Amino acid sequence: MEKLKYALFTGCTAKESTPEQMMSTMAVANKLGIELIELTEASCCGASHLQDYDDFLSLVLNARNIAYAEKHGLTMVTICNTCQLNTAMTKHRLDHNAELKAKVNEKLGEVGLEYKGTSQITHFLYAIIDDFGLDKIKEMVVKPLSQFNIAPFYGCHNIRPSELQNESHKGHENPYRPTSLDDLIIACGGVSVDYVEKNKCCGFHAELQAPRTAAILTGNAVAGAMDANADWMVTPCPLCHLKLDTQTHHASVAIGREVSLPVLHMQQMVGLALGCSSEELGLKHHVTAVDFI
Amino acid sequence: MGTHKITTQDVTFKVFRFNADEDYLPYYKEYKMEVTSEEVVLDILNRIKWDHDGSFSYRRSCRHGICGACAIKVNGRSTLACKESMNDMIELFGNEITLEPLSIKRAIKDMIIDKKDFWDKHAQVQPFLVSEIDENPEAEHLVSPHEVENLLDADLCIQCGACHYACPVVEINEDFIGPAAFAAAYRFEADVRDEAGTSRISEVNELSQGIWDCVKCFECAEACPKEVNPIEKITKLHNIAFAKGVASSNVATRHAVGFKHSIVKHGLLDEGELVRYSEGNIGVLKHVPVAIKMFSKGKIVLPWNMPKADKLDEIKKLVKSSSTAKF
Repeated sequence: MEKLKYALFTGCTAKESTPEQMMSTMAVANKLGIELIELTEASCCGASHLQDYDDFLSLVLNARNIAYAEKHGLTMVTICNTCQLNTAMTKHRLDHNAELKAKVNEKLGEVGLEYKGTSQITHFLYAIIDDFGLDKIKEMVVKPLSQFNIAPFYGCHNIRPSELQNESHKGHENPYRPTSLDDLIIACGGVSVDYVEKNKCCGFHAELQAPRTAAILTGNAVAGAMDANADWMVTPCPLCHLKLDTQTHHASVAIGREVSLPVLHMQQMVGLALGCSSEELGLKHHVTAVDFI
Repeated sequence: MGTHKITTQDVTFKVFRFNADEDYLPYYKEYKMEVTSEEVVLDILNRIKWDHDGSFSYRRSCRHGICGACAIKVNGRSTLACKESMNDMIELFGNEITLEPLSIKRAIKDMIIDKKDFWDKHAQVQPFLVSEIDENPEAEHLVSPHEVENLLDADLCIQCGACHYACPVVEINEDFIGPAAFAAAYRFEADVRDEAGTSRISEVNELSQGIWDCVKCFECAEACPKEVNPIEKITKLHNIAFAKGVASSNVATRHAVGFKHSIVKHGLLDEGELVRYSEGNIGVLKHVPVAIKMFSKGKIVLPWNMPKADKLDEIKKLVKSSSTAKF
């Protein structure tokens, strides 16, 4: 197989509050022989909030990020569900609205850039499942996760709205019954745990303005995984990770029950199965200790 | 023309049963049926009533996706029973199908719920055209096709409640107006004939009940059987709240605006500064305990170490030339 090569849009958290996510992405890409060209020029995607203030500005900035992936002639890979949503949504809107695309390109032209619509956008989860292949990952597992019940937590913005699934997972993921993360857990030798909250919201985006709502959603998610006998949770989204890893105290108070589970990034889980060390995967950067390693 | 073959499958239905007049607790009753590929979910509800138990209760009327009466949940998924193909449901969920009312805690009898909260929220947003009508008009008030397009199909809502009861915030926060009523608010805010001024947008701009408490999960967009896409309208309402000057300075509005401040300075989001700017210098203190834990794990970048995007000048230039909103 030809070596897989992508333009990596890291997003902001990978550079700040979830350094372990950046470390584990690079470690896994290295193990799988995937080449990631980091888009160092990329700006913040606006995280689904900037658009509430200034939708057009949000579109221009996201189109600029995509334009840099297009310059490399590569598919853009995201490692954050919300980056994936904002970038794929921008692409979807511009590709279906010539007038809007022209308006955005008029602005990008001022800095010598153009959005063409030639690069696909996919989350790293789908890149390794769809492009690299689950069977090949399975063959490369050196330390299967067979002793663990693992609760997948999908994160809204990878699975909804489903119209964007065609941009990222070739339309395979159904938001009501997603399978990608379960399949990946099984490929890594683990036992995937089924529970109601696995495709529900963690509350991250309302954490400041609606703290009680956000905390209850986090609490419900962790409680659901605990009640299904999960040893730990895994998520492809660093924002879900922040919520589930660092906010369990507030969540426990909000739902009146002590809840806490170690939460791994999807890349960390794959990295463990492929034999990466806990240092390479940044496991010490978790607030809820990853105490089973 | 190819021939269309009707196939059948055995399905076990687990059906929510409850009669508030007789039962303390709800229970689930199983019905095994042969389901044909032509049937919709409403056909199953009818067969339970007609073939198994005449007391089984649900709302239905038009059978054509117009009246909005028959919305229920199929394996937790909000569904308009008369539109949803059983074949698709079996393909998605397998041969064990659970039928429940839209909201279990509002159940009155079987699939029938008390939708009072839904209608109250709907009424709360002035879901009508506010306009001084000239009793003796001399000409029609024409609305151009382009102006109608701006409603973004918000007028297609049939008030079935599928999105409202799929919304996790509605489930938790009883003040939250909810996606259906927000879509209705947008439908009239976007109408060029409307003269509500700031009264409607102020109602949906209030913290706790309004648009700022949306968690952005997109459950409403998935649930809607008419593709109204309520969350798209919620974003529009945010934009209108800023445009009409109703979005006054508070934690929620500063949280949206704060992204722009960070981007123009670093290209990237300054996470710590966003929290400080949103919460204010006093409000931010409640985040200190978590921040200390995060700092000890290397999860906080100090201001002087804040990374910057390459070609920041380019980003600054675009922010300057492409900004369309004021705060």
